[in-house]
Amino acid sequence: MSVESRTSIVWEYAPAPESSDHVRLQDRYGLFIDGDFREPSARRYVPSINPATEETIAEVAWAGEADVQAAIESARAAHPRWVALPDRERAKYLFRIARLIQERSRELAVVETIDGGKPLRESRDVDIPLAAAHFFHYAGWADKLHYGVNARRVEPLGVVGQIVPWNFPLLMAAWKLAPALACGNTAILKPAETTPLTALLLAEICREAELPPGVVSVLPGDGAVGSTLVRAPGINKIAFTGSTAVGREIQAALAGRDVELTLELGGKSANIVFEDAALDQAVEGIVNGIFFNQGHVCCAGSRLLIQESVLDEVISKLWRRMGLLRIGDPLDKNTDVGAINSAAQLERIETLVAAGEEEGARRQTVACELPERGYWFAPTLFTHVSPAHRIAVEEIFGPVVSVLSFRTQAEAIEKANNSRYGLAAGIWTDKGAKAFEVANALRAGVVWQNTYNHFDPTAAFGGYKESGFGREGGPAGLRPYLRVLR
Amino acid sequence: MEERAAQLGRRSIKTTAKRVGIRLAVSTLDLTTLEGADTAGKVRHLCAKAVCPAPAIPEIPSVAAVCVYPALVATAHAALRDTGVRTASVATGFPAGQVSLEAKLRDTEDAVAAGADEIDMVISREAFLAGDDGRVMQEIARVKDACGDARLKVILETAELGSYAHVRHAATIAMEAGADFVKTSTGKSTSGATPGVCLVMLEAIRDYAERTGRIVGFKAAGGVSTTKAALHRLVLVKETLGDEWLTPERFRIGASSVLNDLLIQYAKLDSGRYGRSEDFSRE
Repeated sequence: MSVESRTSIVWEYAPAPESSDHVRLQDRYGLFIDGDFREPSARRYVPSINPATEETIAEVAWAGEADVQAAIESARAAHPRWVALPDRERAKYLFRIARLIQERSRELAVVETIDGGKPLRESRDVDIPLAAAHFFHYAGWADKLHYGVNARRVEPLGVVGQIVPWNFPLLMAAWKLAPALACGNTAILKPAETTPLTALLLAEICREAELPPGVVSVLPGDGAVGSTLVRAPGINKIAFTGSTAVGREIQAALAGRDVELTLELGGKSANIVFEDAALDQAVEGIVNGIFFNQGHVCCAGSRLLIQESVLDEVISKLWRRMGLLRIGDPLDKNTDVGAINSAAQLERIETLVAAGEEEGARRQTVACELPERGYWFAPTLFTHVSPAHRIAVEEIFGPVVSVLSFRTQAEAIEKANNSRYGLAAGIWTDKGAKAFEVANALRAGVVWQNTYNHFDPTAAFGGYKESGFGREGGPAGLRPYLRVLR
Repeated sequence: MEERAAQLGRRSIKTTAKRVGIRLAVSTLDLTTLEGADTAGKVRHLCAKAVCPAPAIPEIPSVAAVCVYPALVATAHAALRDTGVRTASVATGFPAGQVSLEAKLRDTEDAVAAGADEIDMVISREAFLAGDDGRVMQEIARVKDACGDARLKVILETAELGSYAHVRHAATIAMEAGADFVKTSTGKSTSGATPGVCLVMLEAIRDYAERTGRIVGFKAAGGVSTTKAALHRLVLVKETLGDEWLTPERFRIGASSVLNDLLIQYAKLDSGRYGRSEDFSRE
């Protein structure tokens, strides 16, 4: 028998679902106000759906106006004692929360995945560890605040309202709560209507950490709750992450009022591949830039700019790589692309993709079996895109990448900046000088060089233009929660 | 690069996938002994193990080849006759390669004459690092000629090349010069088939095949000593080159100690408990 004549062995990965036995979810969650869970004043409960199966995971209370008022009063009442604590005592609470997130990380990862649809690989390796890292990072700042603002004296703003989106539910909550609490503010968190569960588990963690009542409240609900929070008297600051349209409304509502505001909004970020880049590495970065979290990422590299000399090569490499993505059950540890977060979001993606086809761009969608139930969209690549097409201008917020080409460095910069957004950008080149030149010319809050979608608690994140203002992360992330005195 | 390689290292390989993966890994092994103390007796023992790695578990296949020094090729060849397991030999002044071209060719011819089906040669790192690609390629081409019908695996010794860019370049020129396989390391260096190095070489093979239509195999050697590491290399091949590369014709793992770990892990799937290394013969 020769080697050739042996029967060949066909090797496929077996399903590897993460166990959810250790998850202890309740059937019903109340509002977290004044250190405890309570019934909503209007007795309204809304189911939170698993977007991969359309099954109800738990019923969640939605806050009404009276609840918002109660949370604000509780936060106001808690503020004097919270701010009077020695800084290092405040830090201890944050350290405790960070450690509890780590202790419950498996549970949080599973809940994040079933509530939002993202692959377990991401919630386990990115969302949850980074959320803990943010609390650790800002715990360290709590007793060094004035070093973060050029040694000036500072005081906290007071009560802050924080409205977070559904794409990174726990991580965005951590991005907002950690600096707010470290700076001595008390906070009211409004999680997104489709993904409230990890925020409620975080509320449990706050209680377990014996955080004084009122320092953190969690009010699930839809946009109406956010709107009430924004308009309510007794708030000193609003921090919002979400769509540009809602950001505009909030800014209009706050005009003329003594309420501070930071906005982290949409994006249509350019990922620029130069001909001298390590192309295989760039392809990995492109994939990570747009298919990470099904493209539900405000800084997703959704506008891919490729130098004409390598255009065909990069597209063919990218298309082959897209064929290797494993799409399906988010709880399977080998899944790369999970479920779309909600029916509404799926509809938006479908609308824009249809518009792209109508406008004449060429669509390629990965052929794969998608589950029958749940909300799914297969990874999609658009070529022959012109800069005026809707898919090159509007944020799709899904696993859809639009490819544009450029000829020179100047044209790349011009095209990258030709957007009403300015959240992030990626540069792929092996030439250091070029990378720095281009990075300095880009009007984007975050510029990644030879990588994409990398987040770190020490680095500032935020937008230019219609992508918002204010920074989160690192020392720059302290400013939006402090009043600098002198 | 390393990120992608590490990500693939976190693929969860359980139950059936693990069972089949282990059998596949065994079937791609180049069971190797390259020691000064190797004797004909030891090589014969190793050959028996190669043909039938675990008599108690009949579904475990034979390994792909046994790899020895040229002086022991005749012994291995005799022991492996009609078994389907190939005889492989290192040659060309292994592992440093710091001998004359004439000596390298002679080394190769001797091994082939003694019955080697496959030759594992080392590239001249001295020439490569000095920028003399021409000499590296010429040596490979000459050794390839000397191989006759024997298959040529070209060892890049990646730990000595210094960067991924060098690894990729060395793999590409080796393929252009006629290599049938490109191989990471001798196993005698500080590091071997790290996930990043494997990925870079696999991408070079993929791009070369696309450009020229010629299929070149990949051999991961050096540092693959556990089942987990072996399965990780299979994942890298599967998700870079595709399933058609997951055969002994196109993929090899060069190692010795990994075989028993694979067997222990396989037995554990049935028994539910880990055995001891003594459960399987060493060679």
